[in-house]
Amino acid sequence: MLPRFDIAYETYGTLNAARSNAVLVCHALNASHHVAGTYAGDPENVGWWDNLVGPGKPLDTDRFFVVGNNYIGSCFGSTGPASINAGTGKPWGADFPLVTVEDWVAAQARLADHLGIDRFAAVIGGSLGAMQALQWTLSFPERVRHAIVIAATPRLSAQNIAFNEVARQAIMTDPDFHDGHYYDKGVVPRRGLRIARMIGHITYLSDDAMMEKFGRALRGKSGPGFGFDIDFEIESYLRHQGDKFASYFDANTYLRITKALDYYDPAADCGGDLAAALAGAEAAFLVVSFTSDWRFSANRSREIVRALLEAKKIASYVEVDAPQGHDAFLMDDARYHGALAAYFESIDL
Amino acid sequence: MNAQAQALLAARPDLVAAARWVAQGARVLDLGCGDGALLRYLWEEKQAPGYGVEIDARHVIECLKNDVNVLQMDLESGLSAFADGAFDCVLLSETIQAIHQTEQLMREMLRVGREAIVSFPNFGYWRARLQVACGRMPVSAELPYQWYDTPNVHLCTVADFEDLCRRLGIRVLERLVLHGGKSVTRLPNILGSIAVFRLGRGVAPPRTP
Repeated sequence: MLPRFDIAYETYGTLNAARSNAVLVCHALNASHHVAGTYAGDPENVGWWDNLVGPGKPLDTDRFFVVGNNYIGSCFGSTGPASINAGTGKPWGADFPLVTVEDWVAAQARLADHLGIDRFAAVIGGSLGAMQALQWTLSFPERVRHAIVIAATPRLSAQNIAFNEVARQAIMTDPDFHDGHYYDKGVVPRRGLRIARMIGHITYLSDDAMMEKFGRALRGKSGPGFGFDIDFEIESYLRHQGDKFASYFDANTYLRITKALDYYDPAADCGGDLAAALAGAEAAFLVVSFTSDWRFSANRSREIVRALLEAKKIASYVEVDAPQGHDAFLMDDARYHGALAAYFESIDL
Repeated sequence: MNAQAQALLAARPDLVAAARWVAQGARVLDLGCGDGALLRYLWEEKQAPGYGVEIDARHVIECLKNDVNVLQMDLESGLSAFADGAFDCVLLSETIQAIHQTEQLMREMLRVGREAIVSFPNFGYWRARLQVACGRMPVSAELPYQWYDTPNVHLCTVADFEDLCRRLGIRVLERLVLHGGKSVTRLPNILGSIAVFRLGRGVAPPRTP
């Protein structure tokens, strides 16, 4: 149990007098509450969904009051494993509880209370963020008018869990992990984090997208080096992504987020019947998937759609023929953003 | 009725029939729903809730703008997303001629719907017959494509369609053949350019593929 927690958030636009134009944005694994725009004096640090959120953009901040938040257990300002445990005066580390998607949503509801938002016009998220959007409709059905569920799955497959477990093992077997209490030892399990991120990146891209972007191109050499240094561009890319990630992401957070993903299964209480689980939802749904996504394939989204239809919910489904794989939900694709813009336009305030 | 709906009904006389046969408050499924105008009309005029199925990304976006439920799916892969008897009425407006898996879709329509309304351009219309008699593939307002760039793969006449219904054990509940927005009762398979059928399940339930 957490005795108390902070939740970091940013807002864009203005809450209208009727308080009817609020949209909650939920992030995926490594993003934060910094959804759009830049900070004064820091033009490089652009919000992670800046191509979608802003004045005149599909999620138009001239019309909507957009709330970005950092879920608890993360490492960008909300209380997480790296935060100080007031009981011991030291970082929580391994003692930080395993928080669930349901916990994140409950914490976000307290943020909504704080901001005076009784009911969101929409809750939107991609990937893990989509699970939060879906969970909002179940935990607080009367507080969500529209749920926009992008690149989602109603539950992780064995393969999804397997990838997460390899990533966790990479972190936990790193000698610098120290059973999660590495903060006061002045180290971070960098090697484990790097490998975890490299595995993650492979699953975010489609085979075609990776081939298109990197092919078999060699990095700065005319022939193979016959060694274990970087030969191929893709190796360079993965190492770079791994290094970058290890420099800012907390390993204990990574372990907990992937567990939250693994555990999430809203249909479990209804014997696996997702339609039954959705019976109480009051929101209208927009489900979006990408044809080249193999991490959470379009079939997983169609499962959600089938359940919504069976539960007689208001629902639309858009399947975008995009090449990038799972990462497509972060891309600026005319069909994808066109659909989101049209959907947001149709929301009455 | 708003101006947009009126304009739609004037431009698409087959939809007049669809609008006539869909009951107040019916649950509808519109296959190949285009920009969703018919669903919008049925919702506003008959409080009939429903979903459209559409494959074209531009149409899907138009549907979302029109605030109708749209599902971007391929009709050729069947209607497995929908449960048996989920709808009161399944609509297929001027789309059947472009479908490859025609029999499967016909059966599926009456699996998920109690009734179906199917409209199509009548290949037996006299002008089409005349064009063929003169040695040319028909090109008209209803069939505006040249043979080499047409999406249509399964054109049929009123009589052909009735044969298929018989073969599939599908009951024809009502039939409306139109030309120029007017009903054609005399020699419909020659004088009508558009046919609309209201279909129901036969005595024997339609076989599932």
